[in-house]
Formats: sequence, structure tokens, C-alpha cells
Amino acid sequence: MPDLNGVARQLRATALKLTDLRVYPPREVRLNIERDEIPPFAEYVHDRFCATPELIVAEDTRAERGTFTLRYLFELEGVDLFIVASVAVPENDRRFPSLATRWYLASRFEREMHDLFGLLPTGHPDLRRLPLHQFWPAAYHPLLKDAPSPPAFADDGTPFPFHRVEGEGIHEITVGPVHAGIIEPGHFRFSVEGETIVNLESRLYFVHKGIERLFETVPLIRGVELAERISGDSSVAHALAFCQALESLTGLQIPPRAAYLRVALLELERLYNHIADVGAICTDTGFAVANAHAMRIREDILRLNARLAGHRLLRGTLIAGGVRCDFTAEQIADARETVRRAVSDFDDVVGIALNNGLVLDRLHGTGRLSNQTARELQVVGPAARASGIDRDARRDHPFAAYADLPPHVPVYSEGDVWARLMVRVEEAREAAHLIMRALGEIPEGKVSAPLPALPAGASGFGLVEGWRGPIWHWLVAGEQNRLARAKIKDPSFANWPALHYAILKNIVPDFPLVNKSFNLSYAGNDL
Amino acid sequence: MLTQILIEVIQLLIVGLGAPLLVGLVRRVKARLQGRRGAGLLQPYADLHKLLAQEAVVSETTSWICRFTPYLLAATMLLSALLVPLLTTQTPLGFLGNIIVLMYLFLLGTFFLTLAGLDAGSAFGGMGSSREMAVAALAEPTVMIAIFAIALRAGNTGLDEIIRRGAADSLLLLTPGHLLAFMAFFIVALAETGRLPVDNPATHLELTMIHEAMVLEYSGRYLMLIEWAAGMKLLIFLALLSNLFFPWGVALAITPFALAVAFVALAMKIGALAVGIAVLETAVAKLRLFRLPALLSGSFALALLAVISFLFVK
Repeated sequence: MPDLNGVARQLRATALKLTDLRVYPPREVRLNIERDEIPPFAEYVHDRFCATPELIVAEDTRAERGTFTLRYLFELEGVDLFIVASVAVPENDRRFPSLATRWYLASRFEREMHDLFGLLPTGHPDLRRLPLHQFWPAAYHPLLKDAPSPPAFADDGTPFPFHRVEGEGIHEITVGPVHAGIIEPGHFRFSVEGETIVNLESRLYFVHKGIERLFETVPLIRGVELAERISGDSSVAHALAFCQALESLTGLQIPPRAAYLRVALLELERLYNHIADVGAICTDTGFAVANAHAMRIREDILRLNARLAGHRLLRGTLIAGGVRCDFTAEQIADARETVRRAVSDFDDVVGIALNNGLVLDRLHGTGRLSNQTARELQVVGPAARASGIDRDARRDHPFAAYADLPPHVPVYSEGDVWARLMVRVEEAREAAHLIMRALGEIPEGKVSAPLPALPAGASGFGLVEGWRGPIWHWLVAGEQNRLARAKIKDPSFANWPALHYAILKNIVPDFPLVNKSFNLSYAGNDL
Repeated sequence: MLTQILIEVIQLLIVGLGAPLLVGLVRRVKARLQGRRGAGLLQPYADLHKLLAQEAVVSETTSWICRFTPYLLAATMLLSALLVPLLTTQTPLGFLGNIIVLMYLFLLGTFFLTLAGLDAGSAFGGMGSSREMAVAALAEPTVMIAIFAIALRAGNTGLDEIIRRGAADSLLLLTPGHLLAFMAFFIVALAETGRLPVDNPATHLELTMIHEAMVLEYSGRYLMLIEWAAGMKLLIFLALLSNLFFPWGVALAITPFALAVAFVALAMKIGALAVGIAVLETAVAKLRLFRLPALLSGSFALALLAVISFLFVK
């Protein structure tokens, strides 16, 4: 097991041109590299430490340093360590070598930078637009600090260049962006042979709202509010990642009671979402009775949330430095009793659904995502754990009070809808268990510490395992206690491409079921 | 003459006015079984009334088929209502057609509905139509064989005659062939009326739909006619299942008392079958589309066994 200083020592010993290598205890090594060294460096840390680039951030630091700054965050597998490599890209030559052909996830980050900053990844095989749709003016890059206020423009109907599958009997089915149910907008283009899907491409970003830029404009105090609205069903997880990034940036320690309360809040969010997902997967097989009861149990937990925190989705509970609500002994007793009943009912519903042969027949073998594909796409969260990837940030990079309350992490190898359902079922039970423990063992004391002023130019990140998977917030402090840059990675960003692979060779009527088993966020992806 | 007209009018009223109630009953029982309160029994009437008042939006790219189909569907169902013996074995217009004519009247509606699904040129309509045709092609042999099983017993394909012979045979229900034919016909009825596990009438997922995908383009009064016709089709199928296989209470002679008894008996039988469908739809999931051939060939095998057993088990 490498430790922080061991990693730093090995990095110093390499022939790569690394400068300014510093150790930030307890878990970060930061360094600068030349832009041409990005691919060999990424390859080196992958071979040496099994580290993968999980987050790539571009910052417009021309005013401070005269160059753009790229940040590559490598997560080491199996240890709680990160390597943050910073790269300068000059203003007059905005090219940098692409990692696209090595890491698919990196190719998506690079497409984002290409659209939003006008940076040019060289050797990128697919620079079609990602966050910005075709009708955005070509030279307009909204995340540049000197970007003018958006010019007036409207959708001129320019089509997105989808890949075309040709051949006898192949036809295209286009779905969305407006769907029959009340869900978020997204366009899916299937190429099918009869009912069998041979290719799927999706076009998202219909709800791109420039939320990263918004973080730079609102006062810091409202940042949590904004983070809660990145993806509504992950309010706590996003707010927590934001708060942790601020705490890491300022070196603030939160009181122990706040850490336990954060565990309880995050697990309540996991519990109600997983229960809803299990019901939704059942309803997509036509087994509506399980969904009706799952929705009832979810409602019980939402009402508990309202009693505990005054908000059904637990908004307004977190603050940088701790939490804003404290639970009384009566509230804790109420929470424990409600959660106990909810899980007992949930077990009944799961038992009924999983004893139904027709339901199981729909789940088994549907939408299989192989372990290899999942690894290559850097899939995260329950979808990864259903495909045999044993990763969970709560256990691997403990935050809040998870070091004292290590979760049991269920891992399945089948990679099909059934496995994703089972991961959710087990995680829901584990979430209830963790709520019980966190509320049972909660220490007395204060629930928040005051956040010091942000040191300008400092940066930090928060990593939270939300119910959908790991959420990353990378924050850079600017002048006057404001943020100079906020980069958010929702697990949906990594997992949307996995859907395109999981659905191959399945039939069209099974798509909603496979889609639901991933249950990805559009808002979290589109930002 | 007047009595005969009166009977036909009553039949039309039962089918036309009873259909929304039947749909409401199935939905209500399903909701109760799922632990929900559910909408009232009369909700489908309100829905149809609402649709009737709404503007009908028709795609500019469609042909006359799109506008013609809803009327045809409602017309074939009302015509079927005249032929089916609901209350008495002396249906005045029964001579116009036998059970085979009835089945192909239904198929005529299906045929035009699949054309209408293709008419607007949307991806969903095409998908729904191709699936509907696949299901119809698989269900049709079973329908014919199941009909032969019943007709062989009665020695006649006339609906009235089949019921009269059935009513005269008190040991009818104990015949294995009779039960096999009932099961085969029941499965086919589920497939033809778009119920679970073949099609999910409650889904909003366009990609999984069969019947609903074909009618996605419809709105206003056209949609109202289609929904009404779908309800009538369900009612007629359940009435056939009730009267052909359980001919109790059907009036053999036309007297007010016998007709009243027949009406109550019919309502109870259809109600029981509706509850049965609701229970079934709660207990099963929707079959994977590619598993439907297995279900329908199973029902074909049942029908074939029914025919064989009529030939051998006298």
C-alpha cells in the first residue's frame, strides 16, 4: 500500500519533468507538469499506482498567471490518496495533448473544455459539440472570464451530426427530447434491426443552465443553495460535496456531531431514492403493485425528512463548517422508528417482487454491462458495483463520520438490471443500518464551526458518494471571498455512455427498463 | 318486431354504456389491490366526455385512414354488439353472422388501426403496428382453433346455437375440452384487448407500447372513439367468455323476467371476469416482447388439445 510520502518519493524519482511537487496531508500530492507530458504522466501513474483521471478541470487563470490552467485529478485505487497535476496552457496557443484515445471519460471532459473554454485537445478523435448545442455561435465560449454577455441567438435547426448505421433492414427510432412521462429532456437515437438495438446515441444538455458560472457570480453564502439545486434528488450529496470542498480549501475541521448528522442526512437521501428506484424498476416490468408500495414507503421517509429538517428533500440542512439543523432526542427516536418501519415494509415489497418469476425473467440478463466495459468507461456508483467494480467513496475515501461508520459495500458481477436492482436493495438496507448507527452513536457538541475567509487562489475538492455515485466538486477561491471557478462532476456524467453499451443487442421495449436501472440525472449531467 | 328492436337497443346500450364502467371497474380493482384508493368507477365516462370536448389535432401528413379508423373501430364494435347474444339466445340479428364473422370484424378494426399507426409516419406508430401485427398473427390461429373446439361440441358455429346447446348440457363444465378451450380463449382475449402480460394499458413508456403506440397520434374526439371502442372490445370479449363458456342465466325465451335474470347474470359474470383480470394484472409482470410467441403458442396448444379432446372424449 503506497502512502502519501511514498507516492511523492516515487513521483520525484521519475524522469518526467515535474515541478513544484508538494504534499498536502492527509491525502493529496500536487504537482505541475509540462503540457506535452500529460499523456506519459497519466500512463505512468496508472501503471504505478492504478490511478485513473476521474476529474479534469479547466480554469481561466489568464488574469493571474497569463495562462489557462488544467487540473487532472487522479484517484488511486484502494488507498485514500489523490494526485492533482496542474498544467499551464498558454493564451496564444490553446492546444494540449488529448487523453481521449486512452480514457473515454477524459474525452468527454475535453469536449466540454473545447466548447466552454475554446481549448483545443490535439489528437481528439471526436470533437463534436457536447454541452453547447449546434446553434451556439462558434466563437462564443461562455466560461472564459472575458466572455461577453451572451449574444442573442436562437435554435436555427442545425442538426447534430449523429453517427449513422447503414445496412439492409436497419432503421432509426428517435425518442425525445420531450417524453411521454414527466421526466427530464434528452434525445435518444436508436439504430435497430427489427426490435434489436445495434446502436444508441444520446444527445443531452437540453437543460444546460451554466450552473458552474453561476457559482462564480453568487455570494459564497448562497453557494450551498445553488449546489442543492444541481440535481434535485441529490440535494444533500451535492451540497455536502460543495461544503467539503470549501472545508478542504480552508483547512477547516468540522465538529464530530456535525459529521454524524451529515452521515444521517446523506443516508436518508440514499434510502428514499433507492426505494423509489426499486419501485420504478418494478413498474417498468409492468409490476405496478411493488411501485405503489415503494412510493408509499418513500413518502413516509420524505415526511420524516420534513419533520427532521423542515424540508422533504433535506434542503437547507448543510452549511460549510457543519450542519444547520440539530436533532433533538425525540426527533432521533422518531427517525429511528420511522426508518425501522420503512425498511421492514421495503423488505416485504422486495420479497414479493423477487419471488415473481415473470419479474425476474425481465430483470435477468437484460442490459448487461461487462466489467471490462465498465472499467474502460470509468463507470461509477451502483452501476459500477453491479458490474464487479468494488469501489465506494464512503469506504475508500472516508468523509463525514464514515471512518467510524464504515459501510458494507455490496458488489455483484452480473452487470444486468437484476444486479443493479440488488445493489440498490442492499444499499437501501445498509443506508437504514447506517442511519440507526449514526443516530445511536452520535456524540454531543456543537454542530458547526465558522468558515474562515477564503485564501485567494487556493483550491480544493470535495468527494461524496451520493446515492447515484461519487460527486466531485472542485473549487478555486477568488478575490473577496468569492469563487473563481467551480467544476462539478455528477456520477451521471461518467455513466451516461455506459447506457449506450449496456443496451446493445437488447430489444427496444427493454430500453426503458435498462434506462431506469441506471436512473441517471439529466440536470446533473447538463449542468 | 318491437320486442326484437327493443332487445337490439338494449344490447347496444349494454355494450356502449357498459364499456366505460367495465374499464373503470378493472382500474378500480387494480388500484385497490395495489393499496391505492384509485379513481371512481365512473371516471372513464368523465375521461371520454373530456376528450369529446377537446380539439382534435390531426397531423398534416396523414391520409383519410387516420380520420376514418376511429369511426370504423367504433362501428365494428357496435355492429358486434348487435350480433353477440348478451341476454338471450334469440338475438334478432344473430342470423347475420356467426362467431367467425365476429372474430374477423375485430380483425378488421385491428387492420385499420395498424394502418393508422403507420399513417402519421412517426417511429412509435410504426413500432406499435409491427408489434400488433406480430401478436395478431400469433393469436389468430388460436382464435380459430378455439372456435372450432366450441363449434364442434355444438355442431354449429352460430353463437345462439352454441349457447343453447351449452345450456342444455349440465355436465358441460366438467368436460376437459371445455376448460382447455376456455383457457385458450382467455389468453387470446388478453392479447386481443391489450392487457398484461401481453401489453400494459397503464404504461407511459412509448418504447414498450403496442396498442397505445398506435394511437399516440390521436387526440380529442378521435381518441375518445378509440378508447371507447377498446372498452367495448373488452366488454364483448368478456361477454363471449361468460356466455359461451358459462351459459347460466341466458334467456332461452324472451320474457321480461328471463331478460332481467339474464341481465343480472351477465353483469355478475362479466364483473367476476373483470376482477379476475385485475387480479391477474396485479400478479404478473409484462412479458418480454420476444417471450410472447411462447405464451401464444401455449394457448394454441391448449386450443388444439381442446379440439382433440372433443373428438376423443365424448
